[in-house]
This record gives sequence, structure tokens and C-alpha cells, in this order.
Amino acid sequence: MINTILWTVVTVTALGLVLAVVLFLVAKRFRVEEDPRIDEVEKVMPGANCGGCGFAGCRAFAEATVKAASPDENFCPVGGNEVMAKVASILGFEAKEKAPMVAVVRCNGTCGNRPKTNEYGGYPSCKVKAALYSGDTGCAFGCLGCGDCVAACSFGALSMDSATGLPVVDEAKCTGCGACSKACPKGVIELRAKGPRGMRVYVSCINKDKGPAAKKACAAACIGCGICAKTCTHDAIVVADNIAYIDFAKCKLCRECEAMCPTGAIHGTGFPKPLDKDAVKERIRKRNEAAKAAAAEKKEVEQ
Amino acid sequence: MKRTFSIGGIHPHDSKISRECEIKPLAIPPTVYIAMGQHIGAPAKPVVAVGDKVKVGQVIAEPGGFVSAFIHSSVSGTVKSIGPRKDLAGNPQLTVEIAVEGDEWLETIDRTPDLVTSIPEDGKAIIEKIRLGGIVGLGGATFPTHVKLSPPPGSKCEMLIINGCECEPYLTSDYRTLLERGEEVVVGAALIAKALGGVPCTFGIEENKPEAIAHIREIIAKLAAADKAYSGLSVMSLKKRYPQGGEKQLIDAVMHRQVGSGGLPISVGAVVQNVATALASYEAVQKGKPLFENSVTVTGECFPGQANVMVRVGTPLSFIIDQLGGVPEDAVKIISGGPMMGRAIANLDAATLKGTGGLLFLTAAQTVRKEASACIRCGRCADACPMGLEPFLLRKLALAGDMDSLESNAVADCIECGCCLYSCPANIPLLDIIRLAKADVMKIMRARAAEAKAKAEAAKAAEEAKKSESNG
Repeated sequence: MINTILWTVVTVTALGLVLAVVLFLVAKRFRVEEDPRIDEVEKVMPGANCGGCGFAGCRAFAEATVKAASPDENFCPVGGNEVMAKVASILGFEAKEKAPMVAVVRCNGTCGNRPKTNEYGGYPSCKVKAALYSGDTGCAFGCLGCGDCVAACSFGALSMDSATGLPVVDEAKCTGCGACSKACPKGVIELRAKGPRGMRVYVSCINKDKGPAAKKACAAACIGCGICAKTCTHDAIVVADNIAYIDFAKCKLCRECEAMCPTGAIHGTGFPKPLDKDAVKERIRKRNEAAKAAAAEKKEVEQ
Repeated sequence: MKRTFSIGGIHPHDSKISRECEIKPLAIPPTVYIAMGQHIGAPAKPVVAVGDKVKVGQVIAEPGGFVSAFIHSSVSGTVKSIGPRKDLAGNPQLTVEIAVEGDEWLETIDRTPDLVTSIPEDGKAIIEKIRLGGIVGLGGATFPTHVKLSPPPGSKCEMLIINGCECEPYLTSDYRTLLERGEEVVVGAALIAKALGGVPCTFGIEENKPEAIAHIREIIAKLAAADKAYSGLSVMSLKKRYPQGGEKQLIDAVMHRQVGSGGLPISVGAVVQNVATALASYEAVQKGKPLFENSVTVTGECFPGQANVMVRVGTPLSFIIDQLGGVPEDAVKIISGGPMMGRAIANLDAATLKGTGGLLFLTAAQTVRKEASACIRCGRCADACPMGLEPFLLRKLALAGDMDSLESNAVADCIECGCCLYSCPANIPLLDIIRLAKADVMKIMRARAAEAKAKAEAAKAAEEAKKSESNG
């Protein structure tokens, strides 16, 4: 009896030792050299694997960034400048400060503003709906309201507002990864600079129809009248395809366009005080008069 | 035993309530809106300008690519505008708007009712006339007919099948065409068979249309006795089963040949054309009349004014409905086409296209979508799929976004017939999800094919450059 046990123990131990040596040799011979910095970089990443950076996940981002010739081209939108500074210190390059981004829903086609023209009874997915037809309102461009963006968000920053039928972005949770903007078949959601203390001005409409058609479909539509572009003193607004677009890099947050917009398509958010439209309009009027007077004076002098 | 296709299929009630309604010409609307995307493939390019006077049958747009077709004016009048206009689905599409003045046809169109039975000897000339006539497949897919009649080099057509199944419930325009214009359809079929190199031609008609089967048999016998050119024509009565009118299903039913995954009908030596396409081909070749009107079934249990009407292309749907008595009060859904493959209309101001085959009114009780429950893997969808796919699996893969597995499970073969959705006891919207996945997968496949082509061309160019270098 004891003999059997002894033999078993000896055989198994011997076998273990031999295999250990084999494994050791194999590991030494076929060792994959890996940059230890990849692990270090991965450790400081947020670990959400959201794909917002354009890579398959945090590990893929780390690998690409370590290998890249100019690592500062890659940017983790979720971790932001803080994480990028850490990554930069590991890899020894200078991190470029980037303005934090936030998802902005550029549609104000609420149930009140945008009356329904038909009833959609199909599968509740924006993608399916968009493939079938232009949507259950007169606007072929705006939010379809089935919440594909909500499903795409891995941070729980989006929710559908049942009163308006539009998605709402929780700025505190939004990391600006852009998953929602990719999921939206209509391209309603845009990533815009968060702005100082969260102050932003944007056109909340992407309807490219001509003015009357857009207005008929939605009371809050941008009709492409161009008043905002004329008002803007910072050259930040472009009107193309019957739609105004505010360049957030140029916008100085004066909110004059917001006051002048006839349909209320321009929204300002994050401002401490509500906009006093009349005061702003008065200011613009006075400025225009002064400019006119100056021009007339100049003409007179020339003559 | 009567023939039918070998796998899948369902038996919806045929509901052909407008089968006794003769095809009547509808009044010409005051304005027509002719969209440039009348067919599958590249949209046509307008060749008229605002203010131009046009006659019925005049070319107003040229093909925008190889797979594209001419578009002719369906009315006489003045071009009022050329610009985007909302189509059936509410999406903007380039449209030519023509204000109607009288009804003046081009002099080249033969408007006499005489039947021209002599078949031209030159097949190429027939195809050219069909091309110039702007003929597209009127079975629903609106694929340009001349492209289908020019098989790629290396493939040979052995049989022409004329599709008279009309397996979609409710639709009766093909049936009425067979009964009322059978002679012209048969001559049209003989013309197409000639264009394909004098191949034999079989009419595939479902057994629920015995009058049509007998009528066409009679006409063929009569014509064959007078002219040898008609001896290759025959009629096959098929067992009723949806979707027998699908190209691949019909080939299976008639020829007992199965088109492989991703293959074209020509790979098994078959070309399928619809009854209405045969009629349009007859008119284009023998009468010089391009395709600018088509028959539309307007029907539904709740619609008292049901009819089969001959409509000029570009007639607003609202005009057709008003002419026939207006939208019934209890109709909640109007479908363009049949109930199985048709699409709900979001915009009644939209105009008809060459391929518009039906307007169907459905009541709330008929359109209700029952709440979906969990898949119990009963496999009924897989049994019903006429393409031999596994819809439950495709849905699961689509929801997971697994494009590779979707491709290897042949999602691109889906013909969107809706049999899976029809047969699902759990009311799962299988087709809605699969259709989207199919579109995504096909986009990927096309991009890959384009990339491979560009790569091959670049390699070829590089090789040639090398050759010329070594030669020089």
C-alpha cells in the first residue's frame, strides 16, 4: 500500500519537475517582448472601454499611443486632460490641453413644437425607423425619439424626456466619448466644447428644408434667415443649406444671436442669468445706429 | 401534383377582392411630379429645363449610370420646376414637376389598338428599344429591364419565365392585365424571349387564377398556329404559395433549379420578367410607346371605391384616392404595394412611380402589432424562410452587432418577404431588425469589393508600368 503512494508521489513530482524545466525553456525561447509602458499607460486609463478615442478599448489605446510617433495625437475624451497629463508623464511628451467636449442635442422638436403627421407602429429603434421613412413628424431631419442614443451611452448620461420626446444630456455624467453621436442615424447629436463654466450657445436645429417648409414642420426650426450671421460680430456663424451653424471655437458667448433669432432655434445654456432679449436687442439697435451715423459721417467727409 | 418552390413559404389569405374590377384609365391630374429615382440603381438626370414644353412620351431624363433608365413625360404640358420633393417615405428626391395642358402624344407612338404580332429578327434591336422605352421590372424591384436582358459574358440564358404569380395578397393588377391584355403580354413575352436568343418561355401563374391560365393558354395556341415564333411559349399552373413571385422561388418552382447563395438567376440559366414588364416591352417595341403609365390596384376591405386603374407616372396619390372616393374613415394605414412587402405611406402628396403596383387601405384592427414576447426557439421562422435562412439567429446576431457572423449566415440572401415575421408566434419583429442588418452587411461587403477592385487595379497598373519600363 505505502509503496503505491510513494511511487505515485515520486512519479508526479518527477514529471512536474521535468515539465517545469520544459515550460521555463519554452517561455525563455518564445518570450514576447512588450513595452512595459503599455501596462503603465493602461493603468491610468479610465477603463471604460467605450471606444470614444477611436480604438477598440483602453488597452488598444495604450498600445497605439505607446507605439505612435506623435503620441499627443491620440486623446482619451473620457479621461480628458487629467488622464492625458498622466499618460504624457509616463511616455515623456508634452500633453496638449484640449477643451472638454459634451454631447449636445441639436433638435428642439418637442411634442409641442413639432406636431406629429403620422403614427409609427414599427420596431422602436431610431435606426430601423430612419431606414423606413423620414419619421412621424413633418421634419425629415430631427430627432426620431426612439432612444438609440440612450442605449449607446455607457455612462448613463442620456435619458429620454417623456414630456418633450427628446433625449436629455446629463452634463455631469457626459464624458464626450461620442458614442451617442455615432448611434444617431440623423446626426442630431454633436460634440461641442463644453465652454467656460458650461456656458454654450448653439443652434438647436439641423433642418435643411427651406424656411417655410421647416417652419411648417416645427415651430422651433432654424429657417436659415441669416439674421444671426448678420448680428454676430465675431464671425462665428455660418448659414449654409438653410441652416445656421455656430462655430464654438469662435463664439464669444455674447448671446446676441440668441436674442435676435425669430424662431428661438438658438439656445444658450449654462448661463447664470436668463437672457434679457429686449435689452440685447436695444444694444444691437443702438450699435447699428451708431455704425450708420459713423458711415454717413465718413461719406460726408469724403464728399 | 402541381409545382411550387421547395423550401419555406406561407399561405396568407389572398384577399383578391378587386379581382373583378376592370383596369380603367384614371383622369389625368392637373400636375404630375415625376421623380428621378424611378428604378433601382443610379437616379436619372433631367434633360429638360423649367419652362420647356413637353409631350406625352418625350424623354425628360437620361440614365445616370449603367444600371439606370430613361424617364419619359407621362403628360403634355410645361415643366414648372425641377427640385427636391418629398417621396412616399417623406425623404426629399429630385423631381420634375409638369403642369398638364391637354393630352398631346408624340407622333411616333402608335395609338391604334391593332395587335402587332411579327417578331423582329434582331434581338439586339429589341433590347435597344426596351432601353429607349425606359422599361423597368414592374414586379416591384424596378430593375432596369435592358440590363437584365443583357446577360454578362460567359453566362447563357436557357429559359425566360414570365412572372404571373402575383402572390401578394390584395393585388390584382397583373391578373387583370393577363385577362384584358393577354395578347399583348404574350407578344411581349415572345419579344423578350427573342431578345434573349430565342429561348423557350414559360408563364408561371398560380392556380388561384384559373381564368388567366386558360386565357393565356388559348392565346398562345392561337398565335402558335399562325406563327412559328410563338411555339416556344407555354403556361405552367403553380400551387398557390407566398412568396412564389420572388425571382429565385419562381425559378425553383418552374425549373427545379436553385440559385446559389449570392448568385443571380442567370447563373442557373433563367431570366424572370413580370407580366406588366412584358406588356410594357410589347408597347415599347411594337408601338413605340415608352413606359409612362402603369396599372395600380386600389383596394382594401374598408375601401368601397376599389378599382384597378391605369395611372400616368407621377400622379399624386391623393389625386388617385380622391378620384375613387377619398380615404375611408376607418382606414388608419395606407400601404404602397401589397400587405407583405409594401411600405406604409407617410406622405399622400407623393406621386406614383413606374413600379407602384397598389394602394391598400387597412383598418386599425388589421394593422395592430401584437406585443412581442421572448423567442422560444420553435423554429417556425426557419421553416417559413423561402431562402433557407435562420431568422431567429440573424435577429440575435443583428442585436449583438456581429457583422461577421451575419455575413457567414447569409443575411445578404434575405429577400425581405416577411414570412418569418408572419409565422412568428411570439410576434417578434424579425424582419425589421434583419432588414437593417442586411443593409449594414451589404454596405460592408460593397466597400470591401470596391477596395479589392481598387487594389487589383493598382497592382495591374504597377505591373504594366514595370513592363513598359523593362521594355523601354
